[in-house]
Amino acid sequence: MALDDLRTKEFRVVGTRPIRPDGIDKVTGRAKFGADVTASGMLHGAILRSPHPHARILSIDVSRAIAEPAVKAVVTRADFAGNLEGEDWNVLENIMAGERALYDGHAIAAVAATSALSARDALKLIDVTYEKLPFVTDVDEAIRPGAPVIREGAADESVPEGLHPNIVRYHENGHGDVEKGFAEADLVIERSFVTEATHQGYIEPHACLAQLGPDGKGELWCCTQGHFAAARICAKLVGIDASQLRVTPSEIGGGFGGKTTVFIEPVALALSRKANRPVKIVMSRSEVFRATGPTSSASMNVKIGMRKNGDITAAEGEFRLQGGAFPNAPMEFAAMCAFAPYDLEHVRSRGWDILCNRPKQAAYRAPGSPMGAFAVESVIDELCNRLKLDPIEVRLRNAVKEGARAAFGPRFQRIGLIETLEQAKAHPHYMAELKPGQGRGVSCGFWFNHSGETSVSLALSYDGTVSLSVGTPDIGGSRASMCQMAAEELGIPYENVRTTIADTGSLGYNDISHGSRVTYASGLATIRAAQDTIRKLCARAAARWEIDEEAVVWEDGHARPAGPNAGEFEPLSLAAIAADMGETGGPIAGHFEITPNGAGVSFATHIVDAEVDRETGAAKVVRYTVVQDAGKAIHPSYVEGQYQGGAVQGIGWALNEEYVYGDDGCLQNAGFLDYRMPVASDLPFIDTVIVEVPNPGHPYGVRGVGETSICPPLAAIANAVSNAADVRMTHLPMSPPRLLKAIQEKELG
Amino acid sequence: MIHVKMKVNGDPTEFLCDPRETMLDALRDRLNLTGAKEGCGTGDCGACSILLDGNVVCSCLVLAAEGQDREIETVEGMAAGEDLHPLQRKFLEHAALQCGVCTPGILVAAKALLERVPDPTESEIRYWLAGNLCRCTGYDKIVHAVADAAIEMRST
Repeated sequence: MALDDLRTKEFRVVGTRPIRPDGIDKVTGRAKFGADVTASGMLHGAILRSPHPHARILSIDVSRAIAEPAVKAVVTRADFAGNLEGEDWNVLENIMAGERALYDGHAIAAVAATSALSARDALKLIDVTYEKLPFVTDVDEAIRPGAPVIREGAADESVPEGLHPNIVRYHENGHGDVEKGFAEADLVIERSFVTEATHQGYIEPHACLAQLGPDGKGELWCCTQGHFAAARICAKLVGIDASQLRVTPSEIGGGFGGKTTVFIEPVALALSRKANRPVKIVMSRSEVFRATGPTSSASMNVKIGMRKNGDITAAEGEFRLQGGAFPNAPMEFAAMCAFAPYDLEHVRSRGWDILCNRPKQAAYRAPGSPMGAFAVESVIDELCNRLKLDPIEVRLRNAVKEGARAAFGPRFQRIGLIETLEQAKAHPHYMAELKPGQGRGVSCGFWFNHSGETSVSLALSYDGTVSLSVGTPDIGGSRASMCQMAAEELGIPYENVRTTIADTGSLGYNDISHGSRVTYASGLATIRAAQDTIRKLCARAAARWEIDEEAVVWEDGHARPAGPNAGEFEPLSLAAIAADMGETGGPIAGHFEITPNGAGVSFATHIVDAEVDRETGAAKVVRYTVVQDAGKAIHPSYVEGQYQGGAVQGIGWALNEEYVYGDDGCLQNAGFLDYRMPVASDLPFIDTVIVEVPNPGHPYGVRGVGETSICPPLAAIANAVSNAADVRMTHLPMSPPRLLKAIQEKELG
Repeated sequence: MIHVKMKVNGDPTEFLCDPRETMLDALRDRLNLTGAKEGCGTGDCGACSILLDGNVVCSCLVLAAEGQDREIETVEGMAAGEDLHPLQRKFLEHAALQCGVCTPGILVAAKALLERVPDPTESEIRYWLAGNLCRCTGYDKIVHAVADAAIEMRST
């Protein structure tokens, strides 16, 4: 699947900025998101949630609810499959509690009623008897001796003996001899860091409309990043065959990883089966905060040794992440990404996956990487300050390049870290003078990028236009880039292609829109499906001309004889061949199915200027520049949009956003008023520089861009704020009370 | 149930509603105008922004019954037939949306801004839109699109 050599020529459509094909729907209110559809006879579902962080469910009495005329069905755990294991069981346990409520907000039962208001009223008629249990919500407290055990025997074989039962997975990577490396350093700095849990914060709450009949056949409409995966897991959880559940994805109002799994969909299906009517469930915002995936909170130690010239001699990191009451906090990604930008002789990284009484974490944009980068890049910044070295020069000295061995093992192929650092160094932002009270921070960041199962279909219409079907929901404009790649390859105008996100009944299995994979993997499959179509078009031309198929080439949207020996024929356009395809052999369509293996890793360098008010502890980002390698930007506007969006989510995480738990173990800020995401007036413009170092694993050189943009911001902003306030900030978010306390403690000595 | 008569996007409209029902619910569920979105239900995100007698409000904080004899404008009323409002066009040209779920509310709010302040500064745009959360874009292209639409609207 190598970079197509032929593609070194100029692109015609790729790299331009056409209007997105779904644009008019989205600016006129026509686009249908999760909550925007209804069905005849539809009921409304609502979910009863635990008010306790940890409690045994002694009984659930639904008789008063069922007696209500408006209530048509009530479900509890007994209405779901009973034979699940592993992650399937974890998902079920998370969306409907079994023997215990494991966090504040854990689903206990659900009702379907004739209106949303009557469904909500009916929840008050369900009587649950709880036995409250001891709980723990802090990652460090969860592994202290005597901390309540969330689940006995949950640890897998990776965990060394003798650790607290709340440690359920362990990871380590690295090479060399870190002690030897530290001995060679002129300065060694070791620090501890904490990042609080944040939520993906998509503006559209989870919503779905489900219908499941007694015959085991179902239809599901939902906002999801991956409808094929939703079909698989939903079918498992309600005990039907995956192929009997057709899932159609709605337009999706943001996901950032948080809509890669299911929460309400299996519940709506179970209610629908019981009532034998369609059931719609729409989450409230507080339900989104309390019961859908926040990211992990983290506690970390990082130790780095440096020579006076800026060479890093050794690096060591410990990353403890809690992922709620379920395994799979992305501690290994934190441990793998943290040191990835640097070519290190001696490096060791370890990770612990820890259970707490919190909601099950879900992926959030490069899960694990931003926290790890925060810890590592903060220590590097402090080393640079102490050794009076330029932070970009130091990073350039130590940066990985093609052939370097990654801290986590493999050798890098062609990568663009050095290019991002060079561009950052040359950027006017980096040379601009700071005003009094301001500080500047720099950070690098790394993300793997993912490929995944991908299936694409491309069909010609009789008028020569093209219908492209992909199976990856469009979260941020990907229909445009798919149209561009198909048009580029076929040699036809962008407007002649329409991209549809096909339902699960219409295409082969497609992995979720996650891991920054869509433009890479669906793009690759689109290009190959277009090439498959071109082969078929050339065959039709060859038959018409009565020459060999090999004697026909495809250029600028036309079949042409390959050379003078092939004969002299008028070139045939795509439209001309399509016009009589029915008589020349039948419909023409191209397909491609693959799990590609060439998702190129990606790096970014961010520069941030921050201003600190020493009286109030308020920090403000006043200038921000993102420099990131995109491999090849198909639609540069949407690449810039990913850079800007990632940076601003990072600003929220660094400065304000956090899950706040009270002494009662309950979430204290389950709403946008108290969970403070950035608003327009908090921010400057976010400057972007798109670096293009082609990914050899994609025909046009594309690398994923969605996630890397959130890897550097936590560290870059923390470095800027620390330099502005002259106090090293090691706990995120740097909310005003936390920053003010740090400033005052430093002033008091 | 309460009987409500109001104007929506210029059209006389009537419906019955529960006294507890919000204007947002009535627009979406009774009148099938699903352009306004519920992002929070508590007036914090602005995705449900509409104009009530010309003022931007969160329709999730207005009771449906309060619509009696009032004039409502929603995103569905912004375009004039085939002609998009300049803000709608500029949002597309600037790629000022990614997922698009906050877009209807932001367009409605921005329209109200430009009706009051035809030549807004960057700060005025940012503070006027501070009640509208967008999680995808970092607001950068939104601010540019609004400023560009203002230029176009002043010149026509």
